[in-house]
This record gives sequence, structure tokens and C-alpha cells, in this order.
Amino acid sequence: MSPHTLASTIGRIVRQLRHDRRTVGLIIVVPLLLLTLLYYMFDGGLLFDRIALVMLGIFPFIIMFLITSIAMLRERTSGTLERLFTTPVGKLDLLFGYGIAFGLVAAAQAAVAAGLAYWLFDLDTAGSAWLVILIAVANAVLGVALGLLCSAFARTEFQAVQFMPVVALPQILLCGLFVARDSMAGWLQVISDVLPLSYSVEALTEVGRHADPTGTMWRDLGIVVGAIILALVLGAATLRRRTA
Amino acid sequence: METAIEVSDLVINRGKREVLHGLTCTIPRGSITGLLGPSGSGKTTLMRAVVGVQLVASGRVSVLGEPAGSPALRHRIGYLTQAPSVYDDLTVRENARYFASLYKLGHADADAAIEAVGLGQAAHQLVANLSGGQRSRASLACAIVGRPEVLVLDEPTVGQDPVLRDDLWARFRTMAADGTTILVSSHVMDEANRCDRLLLIRDGHLIGDDTPAAIKTTAGTDDLDEAFLRIIRQQEKAAA
Ligand SMILES: Nc1ncnc2c1ncn2[C@@H]1O[C@H](COP(=O)(O)OP(=O)(O)O)[C@@H](O)[C@H]1O
Ligand SMILES: [Mg+2]
Repeated sequence: MSPHTLASTIGRIVRQLRHDRRTVGLIIVVPLLLLTLLYYMFDGGLLFDRIALVMLGIFPFIIMFLITSIAMLRERTSGTLERLFTTPVGKLDLLFGYGIAFGLVAAAQAAVAAGLAYWLFDLDTAGSAWLVILIAVANAVLGVALGLLCSAFARTEFQAVQFMPVVALPQILLCGLFVARDSMAGWLQVISDVLPLSYSVEALTEVGRHADPTGTMWRDLGIVVGAIILALVLGAATLRRRTA
Repeated sequence: METAIEVSDLVINRGKREVLHGLTCTIPRGSITGLLGPSGSGKTTLMRAVVGVQLVASGRVSVLGEPAGSPALRHRIGYLTQAPSVYDDLTVRENARYFASLYKLGHADADAAIEAVGLGQAAHQLVANLSGGQRSRASLACAIVGRPEVLVLDEPTVGQDPVLRDDLWARFRTMAADGTTILVSSHVMDEANRCDRLLLIRDGHLIGDDTPAAIKTTAGTDDLDEAFLRIIRQQEKAAA
């Protein structure tokens, strides 16, 4: 990996996205529309506070997972990845390039969505909005890392899109949003315990309840970062310079 | 003459089939070598092995004295894939600048590569909006931007109009004169006459390796197409 190559790879990925204005628009606007929908569904009550907070973490995860898996699949199918592997570019330049480029986009998305939730919809959290954004960005990068990994198992964009429900839905169902994790059946708890989104949702809930960052929150964030690193390492293993 | 690429006893499997069966050849430095053969004969596979992205069952490929694909070679080799491999959602210039940056080269080098393939007027266009011929030239610009010592071109002139094709060949000739080793595949015989040497490949076997003139003389015809056909017939007779 070299800082120069990494920087130009990040620049290239961001430029690709910039030429696709509609996608950028959707990335920013869709979470706002969904938050608005939630606000009116729950009449802006206490339940809105709880669900909107969790959603601020889940949107970036889902969106970045989808975008990354398609982008990486395109690298594989268009031959650009094959060509890149004949150049001095390193695998880590690519993995971190995607992680950082889409992480930046996710930071913008999370900031706009949090801005709407806090100022227009009076979202109430005991802790700081900055922590919410931080956790949202960590979730986005988790989505990127899992997207990079899953793209290796898809041959077409149709297949890549199908990984979204496989990877995201169980995590969303079991993260504690619908049923508290400690009141689930034991085996469901075990599954929930190994899914990274459970920890980011717990971290967000901690920010909602406590004025200062708690030990649990930092531990949860650490687990999410660990999951990101694990997914990136596995993703690196799927990037082969030589193929059959 | 110095050797740039050395292939010995190369065996490659793709899918469940063996597609190169113990191929051996050498390619001299600073020359244009044409790789000729019908579709499916193994041209792309051999080129992938030379640039180091193909899994190899057995045998050896070395480039500029190093094993193919070794990190030291990545600054010294350029590869044009058969299907254009550029980013559709970037402009021609953004593509060239990105690939230039991988070799630590700047904007001027990227612009020079774009001019060299005759895309100066289209530099600001998104690749997605280019014609097929333009797109493959955009891809070529990214292959030559690093000023490689070894340039591997998989069917670079398909879909180009005759005048552009002539310009591109003149460009390849200049690069070879400057010391670049070029391996270029084609199934167009009139292009084969422009090469210094030809490798004829059929069903994963090397059936000819000589200058175009010598191949024609040996086969007793001055038509390369006909020469290719006669070589195949002779070999089939010999095998029978
Ligand atoms: N990805 C692949 N998987 C399986 N078989 C392949 C693959 N790519 C090419 N082949 C087979 O390998 C043989 C040689 O292909 P290729 O090197 O592309 O030939 P050429 O470039 O001369 O047209 C063909 O029979 C082709 O069907
Ligand atoms: Mg081919």
C-alpha cells in the first residue's frame, strides 16, 4: 500500500460517484424521506426517538453495502480489476480506497440525516449527536467491508442485490429493535450476539440514554471496528491477482 | 538478440479443460510479435500468463528476466485486455489520470497517452458515451500511459477504422523502435504482415514461430492466410 496510490484510488472512486448525480441524490435523500415517514408514523413521540436513532445507524449500513457490492462486482466483471492487478496497485489500496471513499460519503449522508432528525424532528438523545454520526459512519464502513466481501460470491448484479436481504435483514431483525435481545429465545440470542449490527444498535441506544459516552458504547464500537477488520481481511483473501 | 519474454512448457487449464498444452516460445526485446490464431485457440490465455494474472498448471513464464507477475514487473508492463477495461462512469481523461497515478506519473503523461491514441477531442467525455472503437482506444491509452517496457495488447485494433488502425500501428512501430517489446494478438492477417515475428497458435499448440516472410516462404505462398492453412494441413497430415 502507498499513500499516493491510496489517495488517487479514493479520488477515482469519489469521481465515479460524482458523475452519477442521481445515485448521490438517492444516497442523501432516501434516508431523509424515510425519517420523515417515521416521524409522521409515530407522531414524533418517544417511539420515534428510539427508532429514528437506530435508523440513523442502519441506513448507512444498508446503502453502503449495496453500493459497494455493485461497485466491486463491476470492477471484477468489467476487467478493470484484472488490469489493476497488472499495475503496481496493492490489494490494500483498493480495499481501503473503497472503505475510505464510501466512508466519506456516508459521513455526509449521516450528517444530513442527523441534522434533519435533530433540528426538524426534535430527536432527543441524552448523548451527543457527534457520537451518533460516528457510529453511523462505523456502520457504513462495516457495510462497505461486507459488500466487498460478498461481491466475490456474486457473478451478476442481480445476485449481488440478493445478498442485501441475506446479510442485512437478519441483522436488522435480531439487533434488538423489534424484540429486546434479552427476551429472545436462547438460540436467537446467540445468533444476535455474533451479528455486528447488534453492537452498533446497542451503542446507539447507549448514546440515547446517557449524557456521556459509556464503557459499553466504546466496547460496542470496538466490536464493530473488529468486525470491519475481519471482513476486510476476508475480502482481501477473495481478491486474487491470479485467476483461472 | 536479447530475450524479453520466455515461455517454457506452459500448461494452463481453464474450466475443466487444458487450453495450453506445454507451449514454449521466446520473444525478443524491442520487437513487435504477433500472436495469431483462431478464436478460442488460447491467445488471451497466453497473454494473461505473460502479464501474471493467469493461474498456471505447470511450466514457466519469465518477463525481463523475472517470473511473470512478480511485483518488480508491475511498473514495467502494460496490458490491454481484449474487452476494454476502463471505468464507464469516468471521463477518458479521468481514466488516464488514474492509471497514470498508479505509476506515479502526472497529468501531462495522461494527456500525452490520450493524444497518442487520437482521443484528444473526446478527453472530457464519459467513457459510457463513447463509440466501441473510441472506448477501446481509451483502454489502450491506459495501457501505454505508464510507458511500459513490455506491452501486451489483446486485439487492439478491432473496430477501428482503417486510417486509425494505420496510425496505431505507426505508433506501435515507434514504441518498438524506442525499445518497447510488444506482443499483440490479432486474427486479421493483414496486420500480421506488420509484425517482426509471428507466433501461430491453434488449439493451444504453437504451430509456427518465425518472421512473416519466412512463414510465407516455408509454406510456399505470399498470402499469410493461405500459409496458415497450409501449415495446419501439413501438421494434420504429419499427425495422421
Ligand atoms: N474463464 C474461462 N473459463 C473456462 N474456460 C475458458 C475461460 N476463458 C476462456 N476459456 C476457454 O479457453 C480457451 C482459450 O480461450 P482464449 O484464450 O480466450 O482464446 P482466444 O483469445 O484465442 O480467443 C477457449 O476454449 C475458451 O473457451
Ligand atoms: Mg481472446
